[in-house]
Amino acid sequence: MTLYLPIAEMSVNWLVIIGLGAAVGFLSGMFGVGGGFLTTPLLIFYGIPPAIAVASAATQITGASVSGALAYWRRGGVDVPMGLVLTVGGIVGAGLGSVAFAALKSLGQIDVTINIVYVLFLGIVGGLMLKEAVGAVRKARAGVANKGRLHPHQPWLAALPWRMRFYKSGLYISPLAPFGLGVVVGMLTVIMGIGGGFIIVPAMIYLLGMSTGVVVGTSLFSIVFVTAATTLLHSVESQSVDIVLAMLLLAGGVVGAQFGVRAAQKLPPERLRLFLALIVVAVAVRLAIGLTWRPAELFTVYGPS
Amino acid sequence: MRAAAKATAGLLVWLACVGAAPIRLITDISQRRIDIVYTFRGAELLVFGAIQYPRGSVPDEPPGLAIVVRGPPVPITVRKKARVAGIWVNTDSVRFETAPGFYAVATSAPIRSLVDERTAAIYEIGVSNLQLSPASGNAREQTSEFEQGLIALRRRSGLYAEHEGDVGVTQNVLYRARIAIPSAVPVGDYTAEIFLIRRGKVLAHSATPISIDKSGFERWVYVFSRQYALLYGLVAVALALLAGWLAGLVVRRT
Repeated sequence: MTLYLPIAEMSVNWLVIIGLGAAVGFLSGMFGVGGGFLTTPLLIFYGIPPAIAVASAATQITGASVSGALAYWRRGGVDVPMGLVLTVGGIVGAGLGSVAFAALKSLGQIDVTINIVYVLFLGIVGGLMLKEAVGAVRKARAGVANKGRLHPHQPWLAALPWRMRFYKSGLYISPLAPFGLGVVVGMLTVIMGIGGGFIIVPAMIYLLGMSTGVVVGTSLFSIVFVTAATTLLHSVESQSVDIVLAMLLLAGGVVGAQFGVRAAQKLPPERLRLFLALIVVAVAVRLAIGLTWRPAELFTVYGPS
Repeated sequence: MRAAAKATAGLLVWLACVGAAPIRLITDISQRRIDIVYTFRGAELLVFGAIQYPRGSVPDEPPGLAIVVRGPPVPITVRKKARVAGIWVNTDSVRFETAPGFYAVATSAPIRSLVDERTAAIYEIGVSNLQLSPASGNAREQTSEFEQGLIALRRRSGLYAEHEGDVGVTQNVLYRARIAIPSAVPVGDYTAEIFLIRRGKVLAHSATPISIDKSGFERWVYVFSRQYALLYGLVAVALALLAGWLAGLVVRRT
């Protein structure tokens, strides 16, 4: 049952890794999120070095997103110009992120940075989701129908220059806004090993005011390219992509996602969002405990470099 | 006269060879090469051999033996976490220029009673006697604190080990010891050193090389990722895309 990972240089129980991929895949199939924000911390809890976990999770996300992106593409659910702007921003952000990643690694602060960024993002996003989901569950109990709202984009966005039309998104805005979003998400992809769907999707809906039909497809489209670029950056910069680890995660994830999709059809959507929010908050709390409690090992060895 | 002189010279040479003949250690290891393949879960080395006494005069007292298996010395940085604003962050660090990635010693008796301090330091017998060559610039107390931290950390992960009293000796001639190699062992050129010790001093010494290296697929992947990093990344992306796409096809069929 053990398998030696060539890049991580440790032996793992491959069933556990596939199971971990399947569990995250199940959740991602259920909630329609990529699940990178769960894969990376779970790998770290298992004992994979954080830098390897982050890089390999990015590779896994490329594979996990491609079939979804293709499906949306066939249905015309991708706003290509918008996706390209996001991708270019994402690749710029990934480049910036990898410079920061290398600098932090040489300072010995990469592990703690990964943890802090995770706690902040998962805490904020999880908290917001929890608030929204609890409200939705209450409304559903009270029998109030959820009115379809149109989300106009934020007024400050209109002040940005070089506005252009994104037809499928139904937007006339400056490409600087999605570009900036791409940069932020690209940096997070490199540092956290996430696709960033759980940031891009709400940002597209609530900040940019994109029409919801193309949000998920466009987000997946850019995630495929940005995570692919991230894999290349990590391969060249830090040689921390473990191809065997990524493939194991992918194998588990594909199977798990199928069961997740089926399970999701049996549960009311507001309940699903509540569960997801609880999971996100739980991961954030677990990571926060790891940061604030006295660690079991005070000393860490940083290898020959 | 000439014959007598010749005989005397011959006798002297013979005496020099036999009388002062050194004690020899003959050693073998169960594996001279450890291959790390995909099923690697660690290994156990059996180091064994015989003591060859001059003229076969085996002493009555059991021999003192220390068997050291060590990996190549590597420069490392040890960092210590401290609480900063409620969060545990790496703060201080000490660099060690020659920390072996693996060090295990097995002895026939407790190290303290086997060797004197000076000998232990010279031959690096015992984890506390490792010459780690800390970089200058740190206070002495700090360096020794970090040294102890490093040793404790590596002892817990099985990378540094002391097996006192674990060298088995038969009829004061044959010796053997088992050394456990954990799966997280670094690759490189190792040595197995055997020290024959009497009254705290080393009488004889032998060294046998061992190589630990990745092999087969694991080695191929590792070398590929280091030498052709960009190509490795491209292959990783291509494989992920292919696997994801195929999975999508299978799912759509069913």
